[in-house]
Parts: sequence; structure tokens; C-alpha cells
Amino acid sequence: MSSSVFATSAARPHLPRLTRRKGMSVVMIALTCLAAAIAVVPLLVILGYLLKQGASALSLDFFTRMPAPVGEAGGGMANAIVGTLILIGIACAVGLPVGIGAGLYLAEQKGAKLAELVRFLADVLNGLPSIVMGIFAWQFLVRPVGHFSAIAGGVAIGAMMIPLVTRTTEEMVRTVPQSLREAALALGYPRWRTSLQIVLRTALGGIVTGVLVAVARVAGETAPLLFTAFGNQFWSTDLSQPIAALPLQIFTYAISPYDDWHAQAWAGSLVLIALVLIISLIARFATRARHGRAHD
Amino acid sequence: MMRSSIDAGAAATRAARRPSLQRSALADRVYRGAILFFALCIPALLLLIFLEVGRAGWPALRQFGFGFLTSSAWDPVHGEFGAAPAIVGTLVTSVIALVIATPLALGSAIFLSEFSPQWLRQPVSFLIDLLAAVPSVVYGLWGVFFLLPLLRTAVMPFLRDTLHLGATPFFNGPAYGPSVLAAGLILAIMVLPYIAAVSREVLLAVPRSQREAALALGATRWEAITGAVLPYARVGIIGGVILGLGRALGETMAVTMLIGNRHELSASLFSPGYTMASLIANEFSEATTDLHLSALMAVGFVLLVITLIVNAAARLLVRRVGGVSR
Repeated sequence: MSSSVFATSAARPHLPRLTRRKGMSVVMIALTCLAAAIAVVPLLVILGYLLKQGASALSLDFFTRMPAPVGEAGGGMANAIVGTLILIGIACAVGLPVGIGAGLYLAEQKGAKLAELVRFLADVLNGLPSIVMGIFAWQFLVRPVGHFSAIAGGVAIGAMMIPLVTRTTEEMVRTVPQSLREAALALGYPRWRTSLQIVLRTALGGIVTGVLVAVARVAGETAPLLFTAFGNQFWSTDLSQPIAALPLQIFTYAISPYDDWHAQAWAGSLVLIALVLIISLIARFATRARHGRAHD
Repeated sequence: MMRSSIDAGAAATRAARRPSLQRSALADRVYRGAILFFALCIPALLLLIFLEVGRAGWPALRQFGFGFLTSSAWDPVHGEFGAAPAIVGTLVTSVIALVIATPLALGSAIFLSEFSPQWLRQPVSFLIDLLAAVPSVVYGLWGVFFLLPLLRTAVMPFLRDTLHLGATPFFNGPAYGPSVLAAGLILAIMVLPYIAAVSREVLLAVPRSQREAALALGATRWEAITGAVLPYARVGIIGGVILGLGRALGETMAVTMLIGNRHELSASLFSPGYTMASLIANEFSEATTDLHLSALMAVGFVLLVITLIVNAAARLLVRRVGGVSR
């Protein structure tokens, strides 16, 4: 073992130093390329496997029918799809006003100490584990009432949207040229109308993109809904009652021992991921189109 | 003081003469108050979460004291609770995730920011970013039906028997599939995009002159990276890794589905375990006694405190670099 080490180190001086360094460089660059390739593999494997398993279980029934009882093949997740849409609606009602308002504040009070603190705490809130948001919402909204509810679930994921929406709003509002704001003020617009009708409106495209990204992120959240929205095997749109949600249904079916339910879980995952990817793609291309124009 | 009151007085007189101006001054104040209120919602929410979860976990924390963190007894029937296995499980799975994900994320970030041809950069970045968009429960489902069988039939026997790692305490025991190793692997896939995204941004923020100077001094392309670019970006990259750590610590669904959920301290990565998040997800709705519920809340509180510290540290580091580059 040790003799071979000596052999290489003895051989090295004969190799021109520069060649060795260049060789090293090429090897390392190839390794970074390999790392990028490996990083992409899981996504492709997951998507491929999901398509293979999910496509066969997916049919029109999946969107229009209610869940079938154990042992019966088929059935759908109509209630869960509607439930998820309702939860997203509640989340937006909670998250958008707070997020956009706070974002406007941060953009307008750039240097202020308080703005620094709020910005920092928004980032910290963004990293809060979703399960902690779940037990908080349970303690705050479910325990006092005594039963699970759609409201509690919607508020839990709405709270998770706040930091995301805040930071994009701030960023987008900051990209609005100062001259636009000054022009409006010079024309005698009051500050609040300048902010809402000129600045916010100009930044609206970017903010919508940010909101879409936030929606895509919380649409797939399961942990905050476990003890709040709870899930529901029946049709329910009552906001004060437990409500079904796509991620919850996937979880329930995935850990069940039944093959029929596993198939449904795959179909549900395919629908969920399609929803998330489509929203992300729209956001992505909307951003790119706007950036393209900005650079021209 | 004097001066501003005079100004205010003058403004008041002017406003009295022109009611529409007065109205808009009021509207301005309402607008400012409103956005200030929304901004203050964020600290208030964080504080509320801290207090509510802390209050709910307080009975368990008071009863077991510091032992709650070090005891491995978890017996809901006899009212004995210690979170040590869950805390250790959380740390071990997160470390596995970071050990696997960091080199891959950093390597791909370096490739994308320095070496990638222009046409490849956008699509590959996009694909890696998409990893972050896959919902946790979908990772879990895929893990149960794809990753676990793969581990059980191929990876675990390979590590244990072919590589003879079974001789160490870390890779021995039966290969069931659901295990600390499985949870660590899925976490690695899940945190990779976060670390990669932050690293890429930080590397792109390194001034071009930094690279050019190194190349002009005769460095190879790789030496320019290690000698001039990485030292410049180091703090930000560390911030990105810590950010990934924060994600890994709190990740719930996929881990719950893959870790096997058992209260047990074991050195072997092949054995089932628990993380704090999966413990809460698994037992919360089955908690029958107040003490059990409070113990779970206390676990949530410990998780909350740890992730708050980790995230705060990460943000401070990332921000510091952002400040330098501007």
C-alpha cells in the first residue's frame, strides 16, 4: 500500500506541473457536470414513475365521482379536489391582504429599523416547519371550538403564504421606477393613490406571479391540514366542518393496505403535481416574458 | 418640536381652506396605518405561534424538565415522556441529508454558474428548481413504492454485505426498508434544490473581476473557482446549507411515511426511528391524555425553537453576502 503511494509521488515530478494542474481542472469540471446530472435524475425518475402509475388510474371519474368504499375499484376524488380549491381560497383571503400590505410597507420604508426587523422575521417565518403551523392552528382555532374545520386548515396554509407573498410584493414594488411615483405625486395624486393605483398596478404582473408560486407551494401542503381541515370522506363545502383535501386524501390512501387505494393515491398525486407544475410553469413564463421586455 | 408644531399649524390652516386636501391627508394616514398594521401582523403571528405552542407544551415541559430532552422513555399509558429518540432521529436524518445533498448541490451550482453552456443553464436550473415544487406527500408516496423496495432489495444488502459495512454498528441489522437511512435519502433529494438555488445565486453575485484576476495570474479554471470564487462566496453558501438544514429538520410527510415510526435509539441507520415532526404527525390525533398531547406540543415547541435559531442564522449569513455583493 505505502509503496504504491511512494511510486506515484516519485512519478509525479516527471509529469509537467502545468499538465497536472490542467488535468485536475478538467476532472473537477467534469465532476461538477456529473453533480448537475445526478441532481436532475431524481426529478425525472419521480415524474416518470408517477406518470406510469398514475395515468392508468386516472379517468374522468376521478374528477367527478366520490371516493369508493374499500374493496370497490374506481371512484374519484371530486370532494378532495373541490376541498383543496376551497382551502386555497381561504388561504388567499388570509394571506394576500397581509402579504401584499406588508410587502408595500417594506418597499416604502426601505431603510427603517422596523422594516429590517419585519423583513428578517418574514424570512424566519418562511422557514417555520409546516407541522408546527399545523399544531398552532389546532391549538388556536380547533381546540377552542371543539371540532376540525375548513377555516382552520385554510388559515394554517394562508399563514404559510404570508412571508412568500410579502417578499415578492416588496421585490416587485421596488422595481417600479421612482420617476413614475414622482410623476404621480407631481400631478397632485395623494400618496395612497400613487401607491395603490400607480405603483401597485405597475408591479401587479410580478405580484401575481409571486402569488401563483405561493399557491403552488401551499396547495401540496399536507402537514398543516392533518389536525385542522382533517379530511372528509363525504361531500362537504361547509367551512365550519372538516373538509377533504387532495394531499390529505393521497396520504390516507398511500398508507392504507389496499391496492385500489394505492392506485387512487397515484392518480391523486398526478393531479396534484400537474396542478403545481402548471402553476409554476405559468409563473415562470410570465416572469420571463416580462424580464425579456424589461431588457429590450 | 417648535418648528414642527408651526408647520402642522400652517398645514392645518391650509387644509381647512381646501377640504379635498384635508381628506387626502387623512386617507394617506389611513393608508400608512393599514400597511403598517399588515407589516406588524408578521411579528405578531410569529410571537403568537411561539406563545400558543409554548403554552400548550408547558405542562409536559414543567413535569419532565430538562429530562424531556434526554430521556428516551415514551409511554403514553404510564405518562412517561422523553423526546430524545425523536430529537436524535431528527438530527441524524438531517445530517445524512446534508452530507449527500451538499456536494451535489454545490457541484451543480458551480457547473451552472461557471461552466455550463448557455443553452443548458436555463433548463437544468429549472429542473432542479422543480424538485422544490414537488409536494412532500408525493415524495412520500414515491418513497414508499419506489425507494423502499430499492433499498430493501439492493442498496441495503449491498452496503451491509458487499461492502462489508455490516461490521460497523451503523449498517447492520435486518433490511426492512423503512429506516433512518430511507428518511435521510428522501430528505437529501428534498433539500438539494434549496441549497443549489442559494449557492447558484451567491456564485452569480461574485464579481467577474474576481475570476479574471485569478485567471490572469495563471490559475486554471478550477483553481480560479477554489482560489478566488468560493472563498468570496463561502459565507453565503454556508447560509444556503443551513437553510437546507432548516428544511430538513422540519420536513414532515415524506419522513413520516419512510422512517418506520419507532421510539428507539439505535446506532444502525437500517433501523426504524422517529423525527420530531413525524412523531407529532403520527401520534397527535391519537393522543388520549392531556399529558400526551402536551408532550407532543412540547416536541413541537422544541422543533420550533431549533428551526427558528437555524433559520435566523442562515438568513443572517445569506444577507451578509448579499450586502457585500451590492
